[in-house]
Amino acid sequence: MTALREPPIRPEYVLPLRPPGAALPAPAATAPGLALASFGWLRKSAILLAIALLWEALARWFDNDLLLPGAWQTALALADGLRSGELVGYVSVSLAVLTQGFVLGVGVSFLLTWLAVSSRLGRELIDTLTSMFNPLPAIALLPLALLWFGLGQGSLLMVLVHSVVWPLTLNASAGFRAVPETLRMAGRNYGLGGLRMVLQILIPAALPSILSGLKIGWAFAWRTLIAAELVFGSTSGQGGLGWYIFQSRNELFTDKVFAGLALVILIGLVIEHLVFQTLERVTLRRWGMQR
Amino acid sequence: MSPLNLVQNLTRPEPLLRAEHVTLAYAGEPGIVRALDDASFEVWRGDRFVLLGPSGCGKSTLLKAVGGFIAPLAGSLRLGGELIRAPGPDRIVVFQEFDQLPPWKTVKQNVMFPLLASGVKRADADTRARHWLGKVGLARFADAYPHTLSGGMKARVAIARALAMQPAMLLMDEPFAALDALTRRSMQEELQTLWDESGFTMLFVTHSIEEALVVGNRILLLSPHPGRVRAEINSHQFNLQSAGSHEFQAATQRIHALLFGAGEAEPSALQPLAVLP
Repeated sequence: MTALREPPIRPEYVLPLRPPGAALPAPAATAPGLALASFGWLRKSAILLAIALLWEALARWFDNDLLLPGAWQTALALADGLRSGELVGYVSVSLAVLTQGFVLGVGVSFLLTWLAVSSRLGRELIDTLTSMFNPLPAIALLPLALLWFGLGQGSLLMVLVHSVVWPLTLNASAGFRAVPETLRMAGRNYGLGGLRMVLQILIPAALPSILSGLKIGWAFAWRTLIAAELVFGSTSGQGGLGWYIFQSRNELFTDKVFAGLALVILIGLVIEHLVFQTLERVTLRRWGMQR
Repeated sequence: MSPLNLVQNLTRPEPLLRAEHVTLAYAGEPGIVRALDDASFEVWRGDRFVLLGPSGCGKSTLLKAVGGFIAPLAGSLRLGGELIRAPGPDRIVVFQEFDQLPPWKTVKQNVMFPLLASGVKRADADTRARHWLGKVGLARFADAYPHTLSGGMKARVAIARALAMQPAMLLMDEPFAALDALTRRSMQEELQTLWDESGFTMLFVTHSIEEALVVGNRILLLSPHPGRVRAEINSHQFNLQSAGSHEFQAATQRIHALLFGAGEAEPSALQPLAVLP
């Protein structure tokens, strides 16, 4: 019984320290990263292709061009529209309005965020405003915007700013509040204050939240813009992508409707991948603030 | 009397830091909490002055007050005769938390950060950063980002960053508490080496009696709730090598008794230790 409870006493031994063997062969410098990245692209492309095939098969089975044109027909319409320059015009109108609205919204949002983090009253004000307006769909303001600014860019900008400001303010001010106390104290320790503190400590430390706010704000703005264009179409004779979709439906070019929708999705994908993921890669991932 | 003597008389040694009847408080759950009550002590140039006590003795609050982050409720803290009013780069703090290193700066940029912030030229800051990173053995990691470093390496970066500023006083707030025991020991050794080479003045907060004896040359013992000065003890005779010795054990037990124990043992406990040859 005692043998079970008491392990045997074994002789001790000491080994001479071996030289730390040859360095492990470095994993072939770029190959794995490259391979993984290209596999990622491949996998995503394969998924897209599979969806397109499914769609095409469904369309063939359904066999009604007016209700459900196939993937191939849509691709042709898209290529056609792009080649003739018709779609390019619509897209550039939409993106121009979007950029103005987005930049304006980001500016307003940074002002509000500054208010929210600089004083207690400001914080309560912004908290109340964001909880009031963040759940309000921007498109619901369109009738009011039309009343105030008329049919034109003014009302589009108003709903765009609304769609960007609240999610971005919410995220950015949460990010500023979450900056670790140690980091703030370190900044004060080095004699930083005011604007230098904001630029050198607070903004980089809050960058994960600011970036995710920008991402959400961009997506909201894009969908709001397309929806708004659907509702009242062109501004001063020049329509955007939403108008193109609406107009094509009126003329029963369902393949063009699908081409317009595909383009909305494609632009969303491109901005997400090229702009935001690149931004994240060169900042947050490099700094280990995001996996 | 020669002019030289006159000068010597004028520059009579003064303590670097003088705390007089310092009372500290912070806003806690039940209202204002008194963290430290009426503490007076002096830190001299070249001291490795340790604030030692159990949690709740106000040692970290006191360090933050010296750092200028908290204003005393009563009493005064003077650094080189000047009243401490605000944080400043003449008192660089090394915190316990690893997030004291901005993650968006490389190791070298982290060390250069306070230098640049206080107006040192970029080239000079670069040279100084390289020098101090070499001193803490991180020269190879100058361009790494903090998230790729181990805890001990992050602590080294923080120490290099503080020393590169050559502050009047280095404030260390339990800098090794979050490290594992083996790393902590080697950090204590390295800190000793750095002090031997550069002779900075340091205020060191810890809750470990052994660390206090090894790291410090003088220890301020604080009792908790609220923090009160219990004793001031010399520990210059101890280092990592003497950690197992009889004198070391006796000093440990004496401090333990002062902090936790036996009020009746007080008079004898305050007797000096067995005098070393």
